[in-house]
Amino acid sequence: MATRTAGKPSTRRVEKRRSTRERLIIATMIGIPTLLVVWLVWLPAIASFLLSFTRWNGFKLSSIEWVGVQNYKDITTIYPPFWPAIQHNVIWLVFLFVFPTILGMLLAVVLDHEMWGSRFYQTAFYLPVVLSMALVGFIWQLFYSTDQGLINEVFGSKVDWYGDPSVNLWAVLVATAWRHTGYIMLIYLAGLKGIDASLREAAAVDGASEVKTFFHVIFPVMRPINLIVLVIVVIESLRAFDLVWIINKGRNGLELISALVSQNVIGEATRYGFGSALAVIMMIISSVFITIYLRIVFREERR
Amino acid sequence: MSATTAPPVPVTQGRTVERGPSGGVLNRRRGKVATIIMLVLAIVWLFPLLWALYNSFRSYSYTQTNGYLSFGGWTTENYSNAWSRGNFGLHLKNSLLITIPAVVITLFLSSLVAFVLARFSYRFNLTLLGVFLAANLLPPQALLIPVFRMFREIPLPTFMSESGTMLNSFWALILVNTAFQMGFCTFVLSNYMKTLPYEIYESAEMDGAGIWRQYWQLTMPLVRPALAALATLQVTWVYNEFFWATVLISRGNKLPVTSALNNLRGQFFADTNLVAAGSIIVALPVLIVFFVLQKQFVSGLTLGSTKG
Repeated sequence: MATRTAGKPSTRRVEKRRSTRERLIIATMIGIPTLLVVWLVWLPAIASFLLSFTRWNGFKLSSIEWVGVQNYKDITTIYPPFWPAIQHNVIWLVFLFVFPTILGMLLAVVLDHEMWGSRFYQTAFYLPVVLSMALVGFIWQLFYSTDQGLINEVFGSKVDWYGDPSVNLWAVLVATAWRHTGYIMLIYLAGLKGIDASLREAAAVDGASEVKTFFHVIFPVMRPINLIVLVIVVIESLRAFDLVWIINKGRNGLELISALVSQNVIGEATRYGFGSALAVIMMIISSVFITIYLRIVFREERR
Repeated sequence: MSATTAPPVPVTQGRTVERGPSGGVLNRRRGKVATIIMLVLAIVWLFPLLWALYNSFRSYSYTQTNGYLSFGGWTTENYSNAWSRGNFGLHLKNSLLITIPAVVITLFLSSLVAFVLARFSYRFNLTLLGVFLAANLLPPQALLIPVFRMFREIPLPTFMSESGTMLNSFWALILVNTAFQMGFCTFVLSNYMKTLPYEIYESAEMDGAGIWRQYWQLTMPLVRPALAALATLQVTWVYNEFFWATVLISRGNKLPVTSALNNLRGQFFADTNLVAAGSIIVALPVLIVFFVLQKQFVSGLTLGSTKG
């Protein structure tokens, strides 16, 4: 960053004598990517918002009918999968926090020490991170299958882990945790390595124990990482989709908001207005956390 | 995220990637206990993949008579079976045709934005970065309806898309993946470019090099390590992308391999050994990328966190 601040005055000086041609090149350099992202992300976001106040079967544009907040009313009152979906998304979030996130952090703290085979352990933990969630669901079929799954074979049970609505959410969460833990570990490992060694040494000189050092010195310093992890976990649990879609398209115990939106577009019924209202609910929740995220990023940028 | 994309981690305490462990050495007894716990956990973590690998080489009839907790019944038939029944040749080719262009275009476009963001300090810089980064984080399902409907209306000549529209075409997936991934790449690349000494641009100006040359001949070669790391990461993410391919492609023969799993599940359902072989086939490309370019992969994930 030092070089950048030092360079600033000269930036201005150079700026003034830039030719029209150069300016055009710069405009194109940012223009094309910006157009793409506006076209495929921001305009659709606005369109989702507007459509959420309408009823539309997706055919002619002229068949769009303004219905005000009716869709939102219907979603919260007479749409049976909505509240289960919200509940599942919340369970998803809490579960990710309680198990994989804390485990990932602990793994990072331990593996940050010099240790026999540390490299190997790290590789083992983040190996699942390179696999897609859909594939994770596929692989865990080997454990969860009713008559050919390892779990039922070992325990002599007859549970349909992916199908039974009383257990399938938990089965899916365990599979998710398998992938999520390594990712969190990686983020914390990077963060821990960035912590000034002198901080630890000072704490050690003061006679603080490892545990104390962690809670009173390391953890507070990692505040930005903790916030980022918070945002990541929230967004992950909101976006969760692949695994439940591949199992049963998000029905029967596996309702999630993301799946409900998709069901209203590519399912049997095309209810665009209604689906958009669900989409907007997702957008509103995520935008809170995106804002937090951007604030952290920009604070870092300004430094 | 959808479990496939990750937002960058903007933490700036120093350079990290190349440094070894920073926590020091644990005392002896604790070190032993920790090592044992880690070893056990690591084996638990590897187990699902090893179990898949193990069963993918065993015949259905053997595991049916002897149960899964047995040893033997070796065969490679599951692979040839899965390969032909799952039509993996076609789906892997589709994945390749989507992933390579998407990654190349993403890296190219985001390096353009990153260059401008790093090279100049315009007042709109932060806003622009925000526009890209937030797009990276929005849940894609929230944008599904307009994108889906729009693509259905956009005609493409038949040599570009057999269906005649953007729906069911690779172009749709390439563009959508690019739009969503640019945020992360722009962020990482611009941070990386900011660590380049500013003087190189001053002397380039003196020599009369225009903006394009400063970008293409000066900056790009210098950010090659970041590009390599990002390319590794993006290849795995785009390859793993499930949602957009599932909703935008309805023709089975156009599906990339990750989304094709959705249809395969029904077909392979009755035979877990086939599921195992299929899983290994699908995992293999990313696992190879991961093991060959492990360093790139990890540094890519943490690049956003280091500014250099």
